[in-house]
Amino acid sequence: MNWQAMALTAELASLASLILMLVGIPLALWLAYSRRSWKFLAESVVALPIVLPPTVMGFYLLFAFGSDSEFGRWYQHITGSTLAFTFKGLVIASVLYSLPFAINPMVAGFRSVDQKLVAAARTLGASKFKVYSQVVLPLAWPSVVTGLVLSFAHSVGEFGVVLMVGGNISGTTRTLSIDIYDQVEALNYHSANLTALTLLVFSSLLLCIVYGLNQKLLVWGSR
Amino acid sequence: MFVARVIFLCLALLLTGSASAQELKIAAASDLNGPMQKVAATFTKQTGVQLKFSFGSSGNFFAEIRNGAPFDVFLSADRSYPETLDQSGKTDDAPATYALGKLVLWVSNRVPGNLSSKNLDFLNSAGVHKIAIANPDHAPYGRAAVAAMVHFKVYDQVKSKLVMGENISQTAQFAQSGNAEVALIALSLALTDSMKKSGRYVIVPTESYPPLYQAAVVLRSSQYKQQAHRFVEFLRSPAGQKIMLEYGFEAPTVARAR
Repeated sequence: MNWQAMALTAELASLASLILMLVGIPLALWLAYSRRSWKFLAESVVALPIVLPPTVMGFYLLFAFGSDSEFGRWYQHITGSTLAFTFKGLVIASVLYSLPFAINPMVAGFRSVDQKLVAAARTLGASKFKVYSQVVLPLAWPSVVTGLVLSFAHSVGEFGVVLMVGGNISGTTRTLSIDIYDQVEALNYHSANLTALTLLVFSSLLLCIVYGLNQKLLVWGSR
Repeated sequence: MFVARVIFLCLALLLTGSASAQELKIAAASDLNGPMQKVAATFTKQTGVQLKFSFGSSGNFFAEIRNGAPFDVFLSADRSYPETLDQSGKTDDAPATYALGKLVLWVSNRVPGNLSSKNLDFLNSAGVHKIAIANPDHAPYGRAAVAAMVHFKVYDQVKSKLVMGENISQTAQFAQSGNAEVALIALSLALTDSMKKSGRYVIVPTESYPPLYQAAVVLRSSQYKQQAHRFVEFLRSPAGQKIMLEYGFEAPTVARAR
């Protein structure tokens, strides 16, 4: 078992899912409640990573990170380094790639909050921010947890994008999924199997927790 | 009526498809991307046999073939993978060497300085932050790159700058996209238009790494063994070798004598 890759993957997924919570909660609130006519455009962009092959994203990210692109040059100018083959680059890629997995459950959860409660809070003089933080979020917290867990799990499982922009550097960009691929390539089936099995058990457990939690809350809620 | 016609058309297409199934599926090392189009055009014109290529790292194909991938011919970037397949009874006959690959040091136009054809000291230059090589675990050019860096005693200094491509094409692409300033790649890739436009190269001294003899095998599972052997023969014929030479390979005269 490659412990270094495991620690790296855990760090990557934690960072990505935390960033997704910071960015995702306000974005999901907006998507859930906004009445702008062009909201569908934002929704489509958020959902893109679900349908795009990771290779499309990896390809564009690689060129965006490169010093031939405006963004790449700007970043290099400011920080003195490039984003490709770095941990930071992978975090950015993971945030983009896991965005819908964080957002979609939260939007669904926020929308299912009883709007009468929201209206009541507003008529009692609560600010929009107060309504969101003290009425909507506490009522919809299972969906926030779902978004957090799903985006974490999805970041753990990311492969194509990492393969294309990671450069397979041990301790920096060699995540578990890349490590499994390498082991298979090098015909170390035993070691590949060990890592793969660990991931399988881990992912199953995570999903059981998410769905178990949701089911329990639903059953309780209907009582 | 219309539906019936469409069905008939589809059936007809299917039938003609299978009737002219004189098609060889070829697993080819990524460094062959350049010459194979021309090789295929010439070979198909001569024989009427179509060639369908998959490009990737030799190690990758080796693993796939061991697990029953349905290729007719395997063109490896080394000899060891075909030899191992041969020993495990997966091939129709012994591996035939068809080319000698060459490793080059490719440098982006963004990094100034003269390249020496005697050593790899350039890797230590100030402007070099990332060096792209193919993954030495399963790509022969990656192994050659590591061997050359060890030979010229720069490996330990530049180790932290290495980034690894899945195969030699992806390695070139890391450099061409401007993410790595330097790459150790196949001469055949350095000769492509896009690589020539964005950088320059110098051939790495051949004594610094074990020779990259590239061997071909016809796989035992092939249904078109006769055509497959014909293709390997063509590749080793003067006509085939002329194309290979054009795209940065050397004739494997030494290897053939072995």
